[in-house]
Amino acid sequence: MDQVFVFVPGADDSAAELSAAAAALFPGAAPTALVAGHGEALAAAARDAARAFPQVWSFDAPDLAHPDAERLRPLLAKVLPAGACLLLPHGTLAMDLAPGLSVRLGAAYAPDVVGAEGADGSWLRLVRQEFGGQVHARVACDAAQGAVITVRSGAFVPAPAGPGGTVVDRSADIPAVQPRRRFREVVAAPAGDVDIAREEVLVSVGRGIGDQENIALAEELAEAMGAALSCSRPIVDAKWLDKGRQVGTSGQTVRPKVYLALGISGSFQHLGGIKGSPFLVAVNKNPKAPIFQAASVGVVADLLELLPELTDAVRKVK
Amino acid sequence: MEILVCVKRVPDPAENEIAVEGGGIRRDDLVYAVNEWDNYAVEEALRIVEREGGSVTVATVGGPEADETLRREMAMGAEKALLLSDPAFADADGLGVARILAAAVRKGAYDLVLTGAMADDGAAQVGGMLAELLDWPFASLVNRVEGAGPLRIGREIEGGAQEVSDIDLPCVLSVQTGINEPRYVGLRGIRKVASAEIPVLDAAALGVEPAAPRVRRLAYFVPETGPGAELLEGGIPEVAARLAGILKAKGGIK
Ligand SMILES: Cc1cc2nc3c(=O)[nH]c(=O)nc-3n(C[C@H](O)[C@H](O)[C@H](O)COP(=O)(O)OP(=O)(O)OC[C@H]3O[C@@H](n4cnc5c(N)ncnc54)[C@H](O)[C@@H]3O)c2cc1C
Repeated sequence: MDQVFVFVPGADDSAAELSAAAAALFPGAAPTALVAGHGEALAAAARDAARAFPQVWSFDAPDLAHPDAERLRPLLAKVLPAGACLLLPHGTLAMDLAPGLSVRLGAAYAPDVVGAEGADGSWLRLVRQEFGGQVHARVACDAAQGAVITVRSGAFVPAPAGPGGTVVDRSADIPAVQPRRRFREVVAAPAGDVDIAREEVLVSVGRGIGDQENIALAEELAEAMGAALSCSRPIVDAKWLDKGRQVGTSGQTVRPKVYLALGISGSFQHLGGIKGSPFLVAVNKNPKAPIFQAASVGVVADLLELLPELTDAVRKVK
Repeated sequence: MEILVCVKRVPDPAENEIAVEGGGIRRDDLVYAVNEWDNYAVEEALRIVEREGGSVTVATVGGPEADETLRREMAMGAEKALLLSDPAFADADGLGVARILAAAVRKGAYDLVLTGAMADDGAAQVGGMLAELLDWPFASLVNRVEGAGPLRIGREIEGGAQEVSDIDLPCVLSVQTGINEPRYVGLRGIRKVASAEIPVLDAAALGVEPAAPRVRRLAYFVPETGPGAELLEGGIPEVAARLAGILKAKGGIK
């Protein structure tokens, strides 16, 4: 397992984080970064990767302009040597690409890894989260025949930039693919009636609100506070609020000063949408809910009992 | 269209506090349910069949108790069910489960296989592995399915955007929440399928040789974390008043 590769999907924070993850998982390895795409976006990703890795392989083709697992899977399967270990960030591209790639490579698959605890021979000791982050699991992954490992964003502290690596154009190795899944277009998220990304104070409801009618209780509180109403994903899935109100990795990224989380468990997909470390207050009836680890102040209570009282109390202190 | 939907019995996240005991999950008082994502997958399959004709089969890898899960999805409207069960399947990892499901798919004549986007372990791996084992095309996090083949599908990508593609049949799609609204299952529906025949297929019937898992869970633990939130204690009116004061002090009341 001395051949370590990382796939850098684009010019963002992922190269420095992947570099830190690779160092934690494979101390002493000199990982090679892979970037694929087309034109200026690819050049930017390659520059970014070269700041974090000594060597970068770059794959340039118009068909790769949109990151497409149907084309990347055969490409990676072709260029990775037998027994290699590949790291990539656990985003929506990895969920599309990585499980099948591991099968094609005959490699083990360890998804959404949040920590590394060394190795026993070829067995890597990793940490994952299960049950929506309620518990952690220590996992052993046999990398003897290679491994594909996806890494949770934010789990590894980005490594400082290195001296600068070399970029090798490997476009000639891109295999011809007759895609059975053909990319058409990207449709942007529908714009909501409020832009929660610009709000300083958010009152956010999760599944703990229980029923559509109870949303009115949170609305009243938000109005009393002069705050905007946002929510977690299940509220949008149930069509109780618009998609534009959803906070999280597949919703809006928000940067409030104060964030009040009502009946939200605190999954990483939700917390991943909250930037700039706001003053976070959580109300949840479960004292073990992961949200309490992220919050500054918490109340263990039934929302439906607390909300009317809190709205009154807010009106009083105003 | 003949559709197979892979479903899983999991501890219900809404009803349980997951507790760790001696490195394992305390299982005795857990309440189980169908994995949330799978209900969306079954609902989507039913809608496709209502539109295009065909039938829906649900399948699960699990012990005898998973029978209950299959019956619930039959009560939703799935015509047939398969219980893939063998003591030898007990320590299968994600790839092991995908191999068992692939064997079941090969025994049928399916045009489409749906799975939930992920389950209780958050691994989101079985659908993609299954597709690769079958050599079928795959898409994850699917939140829109149209047409009759090739299908026009939407996938959820970051920031609420949707990636639209066409995908040839047969294929495997892993389905994301919010794609539809799963129909309500009443007691009457459950009673109707209570005596339905559910074939049980073991390792021999499926022709799978369980392989040694290459990913193994060693232990569960509750992480050492920082101090966490300062919890406000007391009666509701008192806590509400203190919280209002704190919110005001932090600029949360305008
Ligand atoms: C690819 C992908 C992308 C995703 N993107 C997002 C995203 O952008 N945003 C997002 O939010 N999620 C997202 N999710 C879903 C995410 O994993 C969680 O399922 C979701 O955030 C859970 O929402 P929740 O906290 O409201 O519900 P739950 O996890 O069900 O939590 C509800 C909480 O309410 C508490 N509760 C229940 N009743 C009461 C009561 N009466 N009083 C007080 N508390 C109560 C419970 O103790 C529990 O902690 C995504 C998932 C995937 C796979």
